[in-house]
Amino acid sequence: MFDLDLWREIFQSINKNRTRSLLSGFTVAFAILLFTILFGIANGLQNTFAEAFVDDATNSIFINSGRTTKANKGLQSGRQIQFKNEDYDYIKDEFGNKVEYITARIYNNIQASFRGEQNSYSLRGVHPDHQYLEKTNVIEGRYINQNDLQNRTKVVVIGRKIEEDLFLKTTALGKYINLSSIPYKVVGIFTDDGGDNEERIMYMPVTTAQQVYGKHDYIDQINLTYNPEMNYDEALAFSSLLTKKLKDRFSVASSDQRAVRVRNMAEGTKAVSQMTFGLTVIILVIGFGTLIAGVVGVSNIMIFIVKERTKEIGIRKALGATPRSIVSIILIESILITAIAGYVGLLIGVGVIELVTPVLKDYFIKDPGVSNGLVIGATLTLIAAGAIAGYFPAKRASKIKPIVALRND
Amino acid sequence: MLEIRQLHKSYPIGDSSLHVLKGIDLSVEEGEMVAIMGSSGSGKSTLLNIIGMLDEADSGEYILDGLPIKDLTEKKAAVYRNKFLGFIFQSFNLINYKNALENVALPLYYQGMKRKERQELAMFHLEKVGLANWATHLPKELSGGQNQRVAIARALAANPKLLLADEPTGALDTSTSHEIMAFIQQLNDEGKTILMVTHEEDIANMCKRIVRLRDGIILEDVKVTQVRAEQYV
Repeated sequence: MFDLDLWREIFQSINKNRTRSLLSGFTVAFAILLFTILFGIANGLQNTFAEAFVDDATNSIFINSGRTTKANKGLQSGRQIQFKNEDYDYIKDEFGNKVEYITARIYNNIQASFRGEQNSYSLRGVHPDHQYLEKTNVIEGRYINQNDLQNRTKVVVIGRKIEEDLFLKTTALGKYINLSSIPYKVVGIFTDDGGDNEERIMYMPVTTAQQVYGKHDYIDQINLTYNPEMNYDEALAFSSLLTKKLKDRFSVASSDQRAVRVRNMAEGTKAVSQMTFGLTVIILVIGFGTLIAGVVGVSNIMIFIVKERTKEIGIRKALGATPRSIVSIILIESILITAIAGYVGLLIGVGVIELVTPVLKDYFIKDPGVSNGLVIGATLTLIAAGAIAGYFPAKRASKIKPIVALRND
Repeated sequence: MLEIRQLHKSYPIGDSSLHVLKGIDLSVEEGEMVAIMGSSGSGKSTLLNIIGMLDEADSGEYILDGLPIKDLTEKKAAVYRNKFLGFIFQSFNLINYKNALENVALPLYYQGMKRKERQELAMFHLEKVGLANWATHLPKELSGGQNQRVAIARALAANPKLLLADEPTGALDTSTSHEIMAFIQQLNDEGKTILMVTHEEDIANMCKRIVRLRDGIILEDVKVTQVRAEQYV
């Protein structure tokens, strides 16, 4: 395939016919440009959605309580529903292997200080499973464990930002931090993909929090993840069963939307993934549509070129050009024009995306970008497209009879 | 050198067919210079096309240098044309975006010759037709006579056994025609076999033999005393 003279012939032919080569390349360049920009934007939208959900496990279910809005079983409306440790145990026993991880949450705002530096942070009393639910990455030390829970040890796991805020001259691990005048040992430091705010949180054993903050065995919230082997429908069935059982347990009317709230992330995830899928399909359809238009354009112009060069091809054949050499000239010329024009389109597209990225951020499009995979895919597609565009014209050229060279016009 | 027996060729025209060549017998020896004459429609161009392997006969034999030319694939025809035949056309048929040297080198390219070698050889032939100084000029920058000389150099480049000329002077004025004819005669003097289609009597008389065609058959085949073209130049 690599024949220097053949390439010389092709470059000479492209060079001598710059206008028509440029014209035929333009459609392809434009098609790829559009495709790249569309793809980038779709990617950006996808990133935005992905970011919104990256913080928590996608199979999470959050259970909150509130006041009843309806009277039920002789009980008045406006009654506060309060979860307790026994409710946590109940869910754990009742649903067994349907639950992957489960944790209680107790919320509190505390004033924390270390050697004169102080600030207020939110504190969460949790079970060890919380680490997996929140996707907490422990970078130093450890997380809350079962032992802490049983012994109500005074330990905390703090976010990276808290260490930065309070521990100016030293590291936090192993030090004692004061929370409302009670010293707690820092046993771990974590990072979280959810951003800075998620890293200004500290965790302590739920049992310790209940004891210190006088909450008896109260729980503010229960979070759990369902068994990931469940599909979407099973997950929904699971959460509605959970809702029903909890409502019965607290004698809440089944139509009461406030008293017991079960939020299943699967619903949101499903909607988002459906939307992203739809978006990708639309973009692919538009992209391929434009690319096909480009290919047809190149093919058309190549047919015109072959027609225009009929006599030249006839002469070449009379001088001893084999049909194969004619086919390679037309085919490679077509591939070359398509590939180069396509690449120009791709580069411009990537450039445009780079330029507008800061602006697009305001429109919920984050980090629009074109992956290496797409670039490689685009290259292969372009070569294939060029070959398709050149095939019929080349076939036509190879059928030209050398006799046309003898015709006088 | 060239042997043709009972050559027939007809072209379909709608439902009927036009019988163009009705049994041609022709034999050409090496070193001959033959003019094929005839009015338009006499079949002279068809005959030249068949000899040039640009067209195929319906029946009859055609033997070129001991090689039967029959049922050629396109590829084989291309190789034979390249190896055995040099073409000179009425309208020169140079490739307009290639300069004189590149045009002359083209048949050598299709022979698979290396670029450097090919350019040297092409230059040699350009010198032979007296256009060495015009090597880098495009066809449109050259006169008709010069273009035809480039075309002759191209036809000679592959060192063919047979030169086929289709009205080589048809597009040239009288004095340029004579110049070109003088050149072709010189090639013949050097031993090249030349077959030429023309309808000009004075050009035909500059050959050594005249074959007259009418309605697809040979009317007359005579040897003539060659009129030298130099005397007019």
